[in-house]
Amino acid sequence: MSSLDISIKENKYQLYGLVVLRVLIGWHFLYEGIAKLINPYWSSAAYLLDSKWIFSGLAKSIVANPTLLTISDYTNMWGLTLVGCSLLLGLFSRYGSLVGMALVLSYYLFAPPLLGLEYGKPNEGSYLIVNKNLIEACALWVVYVFPTSNIIGLDRFFSNQEKH
Amino acid sequence: MGDTSKEPNKTNLERRDLIKGLATVPVAGVFLVNLWRKMSRDKAKKANLLSDLIKKKSAPAAVKSISNSRHLNIGVIGYGGRGSHLVRGAGFATKGWTDTVSENARKNKLDKQFETFMSQEDLNCSLVGVCDVFDVNAELGINASENDIRPGGNPKASATRYRHYKDLLASDDIDAVIIATPDHWHSRISIDAAKAGKHVYCEKGMTRTFDEAIDVYDAVKKTGITFQLGHQNRQVEANEKAREIVQQGLLGPINLVEITTNRNSPWGAWVWGIHPKGNEQTIDWETFQEPSPNKIPFGEEALKRFFRWRCWYDYGTGLSGDLFSHDFDAINQIMDIGIPKYASSTGGVYFYKDGRDVPDVWNATFEYPNKDLTLLYSASLSSNNPRGNRIMGHDATMQMGGQSGGGSVHGFAVTADSESTQYKDRLKSGIINPNYPIYTYSPGSKEIDGVTSATSRYFANKGLLYTYRAGKRVDPTHLHIKDWLDSIRDGSMPKCNIDVAFHEAVTCAMATESYFTGRRVEWDPVNRKLI
Repeated sequence: MSSLDISIKENKYQLYGLVVLRVLIGWHFLYEGIAKLINPYWSSAAYLLDSKWIFSGLAKSIVANPTLLTISDYTNMWGLTLVGCSLLLGLFSRYGSLVGMALVLSYYLFAPPLLGLEYGKPNEGSYLIVNKNLIEACALWVVYVFPTSNIIGLDRFFSNQEKH
Repeated sequence: MGDTSKEPNKTNLERRDLIKGLATVPVAGVFLVNLWRKMSRDKAKKANLLSDLIKKKSAPAAVKSISNSRHLNIGVIGYGGRGSHLVRGAGFATKGWTDTVSENARKNKLDKQFETFMSQEDLNCSLVGVCDVFDVNAELGINASENDIRPGGNPKASATRYRHYKDLLASDDIDAVIIATPDHWHSRISIDAAKAGKHVYCEKGMTRTFDEAIDVYDAVKKTGITFQLGHQNRQVEANEKAREIVQQGLLGPINLVEITTNRNSPWGAWVWGIHPKGNEQTIDWETFQEPSPNKIPFGEEALKRFFRWRCWYDYGTGLSGDLFSHDFDAINQIMDIGIPKYASSTGGVYFYKDGRDVPDVWNATFEYPNKDLTLLYSASLSSNNPRGNRIMGHDATMQMGGQSGGGSVHGFAVTADSESTQYKDRLKSGIINPNYPIYTYSPGSKEIDGVTSATSRYFANKGLLYTYRAGKRVDPTHLHIKDWLDSIRDGSMPKCNIDVAFHEAVTCAMATESYFTGRRVEWDPVNRKLI
C-alpha cells in the first residue's frame, strides 16, 4: 500500500479532513445500499431504462435479461453496502474506494447530464455535464490516492508501517 | 534504561493504535442507531396504514382450473381487430400474428407479447366457426383456428366459414359464440344466440340503444345461457385491490368520482386504415348495414364507414359505449354503483371534422341521489394529458391510471385528505402526510415490458392490456374468456354477467339519449323506462 505524504500525516487538519471525507462517503454508500436491500420492490431497472448516451444499449440488454438484471440489482445493493462499510470503518478502504468509484462512475456514465439528453426522472438539482455522481467519483479518487484507513481505521491493525 | 522503563511507553502506543484503529467505529454506531430509528419509524407508519388498509392481504381468488372437464367448441362472429384479440385470448392467433410478435420479441427483448400469449393456459376449446362479412377477416379467422403455434399445441379442429351469423348459430357443433361485430349487431346476434342455446361472450358496449339492452337482458335471463360482457377490467388485480380498499371505507364518504378518457391520435379517434382489399366483392355491405337506422349504397363513404364504424351513431355509440363503458364498468366493479338515477351529457365534433357524427369531446354527469354520489366523465380525443380516474372521498382520494401508480402501469395511489376526519389524529401526529400517498399499488413494478405506443399505454394504464397474477403478467382478455368458458362448464356466473352488463348498457344509453335530446334523462327502474 502506498501511504500518505509525511506532511499530510503530520498536518492534523489535512488528515482529519480526508478521514471525514472518507467516512461521509461511506455513510452515504451504506445507507444507499441498505435502503435498497430493505425495499423488496427496488430494482435497478427503472434507472437503466432511463439510460441515455453510449451505454443505453447495454442498459436495455441488462433489463431485458432477467439474470443480468438480478446480477445488476445484487451488485448495486451489496456493492453499495459493502463499500459503505469499508469506507466508514476504514477496512480495506483502498479497494472500497476503487469499487465505489467504479459504481458511482457507472451511474454517471449510464445517465450523464450532457447537453441534449432528456431524462424521464426529474433531477433534484440542476446539472450541466457535472453532477453529484461525478463529484462523488472524484472524491473517491481523492480518498483512494490519499489513503487514511491505515492511520485512522481498522486497516491500521493490518499495517505495521503506519504505526507509531 | 532497562526494559521495565519501556513498558508504559509501549502500552501507550498500543492504546493509541487501538484508538486510532477504532476511531470511526462509533460513527458506525451512530449510523446503526439512526438506521434503526428510521426503520422503526417507517415500520410504524406502514403498520399503521397497512393494518387499516389491507385487512385482506389475499391475492385475487385463484383462477379456477376446470378447463379440462369439458371440451368446448366456439364460434366467432366478427373477426376484426377486437375479435382477433378475443380469439387469441381463447388460444388461437393467426400465423401472421405469431410470426410478427415472435420476430418482435427476437428484435426487442422487452417485447413480451409472444411470451405472454404462449404462456396462456390451454382452455381446452376449439375454434370451429368463423363468420365475418369481410372475406379477408374470415380467412384470417380460419387461419388462426389452424395455427399450431399456440398454448397447448396442435389445434383439434379447423374452423368452418359461415357467410351469415344465423348459419353459424344453426350449427350443432358450436357450444358458444364470441360476438365482436360492431355494436349495431350485438343485440340481434346475442338474442338469436341465446334462443339457439349458445353461450355468449359479447364485446362492449353491450347494445347500441336502450330498447336493445332490455331485449338482450330478457333473452339471457329467459334462456339461462352464460353471458359475459367484454369488460376485461373485471379480471384486473388492481381493481380488486381498489375494491377492497373502497369497501373497507378507507376513503370515507365518497361523493364524487371523476373518470376520464384522454387520447390524441387518429388511431385513438378511430380513424383506422381502409383495407386495400376492401371492396364490393369482399365486403357484404348490405348485411353489414342491415340493422343500422340509416342506409347508404356501397361506395367510398361506405368503405370509410365499414372500417371506421366507431365514428357513426348508425353502428356504435361513440365515446359512450366505446370508452366510457370501460371506466364505468371498472367503477361499478369497485363501488357497485349500478344504474344512475339521472344522466346528462354534452359535447361535439370539435377536432375530427372528417364527417363523423359521434362527438370527439364529450362530458357526461351521472347522479346517484340514493348513494349521495355524482359520477363525472370527461373525454377528449385531442389531448392525451393523462388525467386518470379519481375516487374522491372525504378521508382520502384514490387516483388510478394516469399519473398515479408510482410511475408504473395500471396501479393506483391513495392519498389522505388534509381535512380528513378518519385520519385526523394520524395527520396531526405526522404519521400520515397528505402530500404523499398512504398506499400505492403498482403490481409488476419489477417487471419491465416494452409497452411503448401511446395507445397501448392508454390501455395499459387502465389495466386493460395486462394484469398480474402472482407477479406474472397475464392478458386480462385471456382471463376474461377463461372466466366465461369455466362458467359455462360449472354453471356459475361469470364476472361481467348479464346483471352488471345491463348496468353498463342502460347507463351508456342514458348518456347517449341525453346527448341527442339535450335534456337530463331519468331511469325508472320499476317500469324499466327512460323518462
